[in-house]
Amino acid sequence: MFTYLLKRLLEMIPTLIGITLISFFIIQLAPGKPTDVLADLNPKMTPEARERLEKYYGLDKPIHIQYVMWLKRIVKLDFGDSFSTDRRPVWTKIKERLPITILINTLALVLIFIIAIPIGVSSAVRPYSLYDKITTVVVFIGFAIPTFWLALLLMILFGVNLHWLPISGLKSMGYENLSALGKIWDWTQHLILPMTLEAFGGLAGYSRYMRSSMLEVVRQDYITTARAKGLSERKVIYKHALRNALLPVITLLGMSIPGLIGGSVIFENIFSIPGMGQLFFQSVMMRDYPVIMGILTIGAILTLLGNLLADIGYAVADPRIRTR
Amino acid sequence: MNQSTLINLFWRRFKKNRLAFLGGIIVFLFFAIAVLAPFIAPYGPDGINVKHVLEPPSLSHPFGTDDLGRDILSRVIYGSRISLAVGFVAVGIATLIGIILGALSGYYGGWLDTVIMRFVDIMLAIPTFFLILAVIAMLEPSIWNIMIVIGITSWMGVARLVRAEFLSLKEREFVLAARALGASDFRIIFRHILPNAMSPVLVSAVLGIAGAVLVESALSFLGIGVQPPTASWGNILTIGKDNIEIAWWISVFPGLAIFVTVLAYNLLGEGIRDSIDPRLKI
Repeated sequence: MFTYLLKRLLEMIPTLIGITLISFFIIQLAPGKPTDVLADLNPKMTPEARERLEKYYGLDKPIHIQYVMWLKRIVKLDFGDSFSTDRRPVWTKIKERLPITILINTLALVLIFIIAIPIGVSSAVRPYSLYDKITTVVVFIGFAIPTFWLALLLMILFGVNLHWLPISGLKSMGYENLSALGKIWDWTQHLILPMTLEAFGGLAGYSRYMRSSMLEVVRQDYITTARAKGLSERKVIYKHALRNALLPVITLLGMSIPGLIGGSVIFENIFSIPGMGQLFFQSVMMRDYPVIMGILTIGAILTLLGNLLADIGYAVADPRIRTR
Repeated sequence: MNQSTLINLFWRRFKKNRLAFLGGIIVFLFFAIAVLAPFIAPYGPDGINVKHVLEPPSLSHPFGTDDLGRDILSRVIYGSRISLAVGFVAVGIATLIGIILGALSGYYGGWLDTVIMRFVDIMLAIPTFFLILAVIAMLEPSIWNIMIVIGITSWMGVARLVRAEFLSLKEREFVLAARALGASDFRIIFRHILPNAMSPVLVSAVLGIAGAVLVESALSFLGIGVQPPTASWGNILTIGKDNIEIAWWISVFPGLAIFVTVLAYNLLGEGIRDSIDPRLKI
């Protein structure tokens, strides 16, 4: 198990280097020098200050040296200072935004799992039944709904018409005066819509995938054997079949993380949630290059960590992998 | 079997699949709407009318009007042009890159395969939406840049598909025969193997259009896609969001158009897949 994980970790290093190369390349796409933007934002900047900054980024050196310099700083999580007026270090800015984004995405993943797996399993157990047909149609529709549109519709329904849920931010006005329990409840209310919508995007795919994976497994000989020896159908499905059918779904979990993180840009923007997605969007609008680079890299690291978690899950579910 | 019987077979299966047929008809209708926009739109897409600001749906404005008094129906009709253009061009770019890299990777194997597949892994590890946003931030947001950026960030699936097809096809006898006859690698790749690998690519392209339409509308919704006053379904929704407490109709109709379009391309793509090879059906 340990050697397996170590191998997976080592395999990530070239990918990570590749990602930093791509992020670095993207910044080079920008017309002019990155520091031009800073000068535009801050007209009072002296030529000396500008020169100092160009030296810091190594803009006077050839491009491959610049990349190596940048990479050296990245290893220490030093992405430089933000170009925006607060001029704070990029890592500090990302660090305070990261928890809420990770929280929403993790909750969304949990929600996907506890909804999609039972749906997939139950429609695979009775394939082509009325229930299966209905879920197929619903899933197909779910695939096609733009989630940001669904977000607007739910905001109109639950926020504007019914006044059940808040539609913006994380805290209500007067949050400070609430009791501890009240604070948690207020927070939960704010999180329900964003979390549900993040999850919704994945639901269709997962339940579909779970269904086909399950259909594949119940056809296997060992399931026939399990039935033949007189096990209850419940045991056959949930003990023998589900474990095997879950394996490919775990892989899918790892692959869906970039999509989830990308989606947080849209949802955090719609619901005004101060997370990493919103920070990224603001930085893109202001061409705050250091923050853009930092978030691209952090996003990729999160994705790779997600893949690693999926690998661990895979190894836990399948003893054959542990011994490999 | 020769080509025409294959197409006949495909057509017979496709016709039987009513949902796929419906998808095809909707796609065709949207084509017609996009081409004929100036003739069917009741108003001009930019016809500002301060006397009719934020009017709910009525007979003269079936989808209502926006904050500048523009007719939503007309803007949705014109917006279909953007979605269609972005969908096709972006998927064209992605498919082209995917085919070339996938073919090279699958046909030659070895270190080239390793390098290309590693590159695919790297591209898949970066959250695509972040990547698109970052590139758009560096360039100016324009419809051409959107098409190109969506194209160069969504070819990975096609490349993997084509590679897998090439891996199995290159061992087949007709390839050996072509090589024995002295055909060049270029000819073998593009004339002999590729046509046999096209059906899954076609399916993924049709499904890819749906994806590109979604991404474009999301970008335009965020304000970094197609720029106003040009109407796109995404940027009408932005106005919908800004007026969400007072004008639901601005949010509802353009989203419905996106939804129906994406649904139609998905139905069509799945239908084509089932008709080309029923075994692929899941």
